[in-house]
Amino acid sequence: MTAYIIRRLLTIPIVLLGVSLLIFGMLQVLGPVERSALYIRDIPHTDQQIENTIRRYGLDDPFLVQYWHWLVGRTDLDTGERVGGVLRGDFGYSRTGREPVVDVLKRRTPVSLELALWSMVPIIVIGVWLGVIAALNHNKIIDQGARVFAIIGYSFPTFVFGLLVLLIFYAKLDWFPPGRLSTEYMLVVQNPELFTQYTGMMTVDALLNLRFDVFFDSLRHLVLPVLTLSYLSWALLLKVTRSSMLEALRQDYVTTARSKGLAENTVINRHVLKNALIPVATVAGLTVAFLLNGVVITETIFSIPGLGSAAAAAALSLDVLTMLGYALFTAVLFVVVNLIVDITYGFLDPRVRLD
Amino acid sequence: MTTATPEELTGPPAVLDYGQLRQRGRLEKLIGPEWYRILKGLVTNPLSVIGLLIIAGFFLVAILAPVLAPPPRANWDTTIIPRDGYRAEPQPPSTPWERDAPGSVPGWYKIITGREEWVHLLGTTSGQYDIWYGIIWGTRTALFIGFIVVAASAIIGIVIGAFAGFYGGWVDESLMRVVEIFIAFPFLVGALILASILVPVMGRSIWPASIALIVFGWTTYARLLRGDIQATKEREYVTAARASGAKDGYLVTKHILPNAIYPTLVVLSLDMGAIVLSFAALSFLGIGVQVGYADWGQIVSHARDWILSLDIYWYIIVFPGLALLLYGLGWNLVGDALRDIMDPKLRGSR
Repeated sequence: MTAYIIRRLLTIPIVLLGVSLLIFGMLQVLGPVERSALYIRDIPHTDQQIENTIRRYGLDDPFLVQYWHWLVGRTDLDTGERVGGVLRGDFGYSRTGREPVVDVLKRRTPVSLELALWSMVPIIVIGVWLGVIAALNHNKIIDQGARVFAIIGYSFPTFVFGLLVLLIFYAKLDWFPPGRLSTEYMLVVQNPELFTQYTGMMTVDALLNLRFDVFFDSLRHLVLPVLTLSYLSWALLLKVTRSSMLEALRQDYVTTARSKGLAENTVINRHVLKNALIPVATVAGLTVAFLLNGVVITETIFSIPGLGSAAAAAALSLDVLTMLGYALFTAVLFVVVNLIVDITYGFLDPRVRLD
Repeated sequence: MTTATPEELTGPPAVLDYGQLRQRGRLEKLIGPEWYRILKGLVTNPLSVIGLLIIAGFFLVAILAPVLAPPPRANWDTTIIPRDGYRAEPQPPSTPWERDAPGSVPGWYKIITGREEWVHLLGTTSGQYDIWYGIIWGTRTALFIGFIVVAASAIIGIVIGAFAGFYGGWVDESLMRVVEIFIAFPFLVGALILASILVPVMGRSIWPASIALIVFGWTTYARLLRGDIQATKEREYVTAARASGAKDGYLVTKHILPNAIYPTLVVLSLDMGAIVLSFAALSFLGIGVQVGYADWGQIVSHARDWILSLDIYWYIIVFPGLALLLYGLGWNLVGDALRDIMDPKLRGSR
């Protein structure tokens, strides 16, 4: 097991090197002139200005030279200062966010994290529960219903689903508004004397400040985005749980447990569920991918100022530096999460330990 | 006590029903036993029949598009939705059509609606793009993109997966590292970034988003096929063919690929739906096709201007959303049934 973990850890730098090359390679699809626009604040009036920018930032240097500068930064020809370098934490300036890309990432990550964490609860509880119910009623009406629900679930585009729930529960019924907070509470939260932002996660901060009114208001705003994010994953969890439950129910040890007279509930809880839920852990990585994909759409629809909506806005106005920062951040996060999932799986199920 | 008549005892067993044997044999011989089993599984499962019918329906709509939603003029670029003026506010279904109305009034329209003049059957979006036209011609866009993107991803993935699986060793190692780099991005995130970079280079069309979906989509096929080929190449008939002097290329194309390709079919079918939904998601975010392009996601994107009054302008979401849902559903139903047919654990149970 240790050897496996070490080997997996060793591949990470290689993958990350490749990821950074890929990201930087994508940027090179744009020509030097187009990329010079990233650094110019005013509209250039002469070709000379563009030329100067290209030379100043080395935009027509060979690929590997530019890549190296992008990684470790370069010395500014005019001021002699060291600028840029993602390894130094300098991702450049975000045009859409009007602040350095790093600050955009720092400020918006808790918002998306909060949304993702709240979504995990219904995803796991309801998804697994549906799968268990379907498997225990194998080939009965409930099972068929769950199956149809799953198929419709993953045929439903996120943005259509999100807009539909917004249509019904906001525009029609006015139960759950979009955004993060109602205006009155937004004023409270933004006043440093009344409210301290410890984590950037609204619900957590509200509890830490003992402002339960803020807490419930922000929960009310979370209902629809959480619903939109979780329905995506329900279908997946339902399917995985169901098939692994069915597999477990067929095992000899279940027959043994039943034949020695254990109550059906005990058999299910002690023998079936315990083993059936192990494969469910493997889709944890997939669920994280769903969430990372999902927040882009969901945050855009519900106007939540998280990472996803920042990426969508950046993509729309070709704010390449923000996009690259976001891409690198997401990729690193995803690689680390997948590693954790794989290792956890090895601990949970001794049969899959790969050496 | 009853005794069996000789006929009951010696009557011909079912397998010796020559008529049935020959009848099955013809189709089976034509497409091979495995394809025959797949086809039979698809047409006997009610869910996949529904899926096939839905897909057939979309093909029919795509073929009949010029009759269902005639373009305003003969030389009209059919991928562009005709717009009835420039007003911002969407118009509800059955609003009369004033400017750039369809060039002809087909017979079905008169019979079903009882009108002689074109109205906006499903209303208009902001900027007065006709939703009915967009949905009908959007079917062509969806099918075209589905086929192009899935075919390109599958071909790239199959070639790379076949190389990795067949040769193993360092070829496998290096190709799989490349795959790992691509799957380090969540699919939609990677596609979103690449597509948005491609837009200024290629201009607004279906291509930036399609290319981005291919670049981040082929890895599924490569990984799947690599595993299946690794399993297939150890089979006796492959060793036998190799022993009798078959070259690598012949082995792969004649013996290994045809037997390892079946699980890929499941993904092909699921992807035909999923890719179009992803493309629509990119269009919805405003990446890819220009405003007014006959694409379902692009129509829904107009709803973003009206988030606060969606109950009034529900038709911008509901109709194209329904088209997307049905389209995805059709391919998913077929893909799901295919998965059951291919699953060796379920083999023989139905």
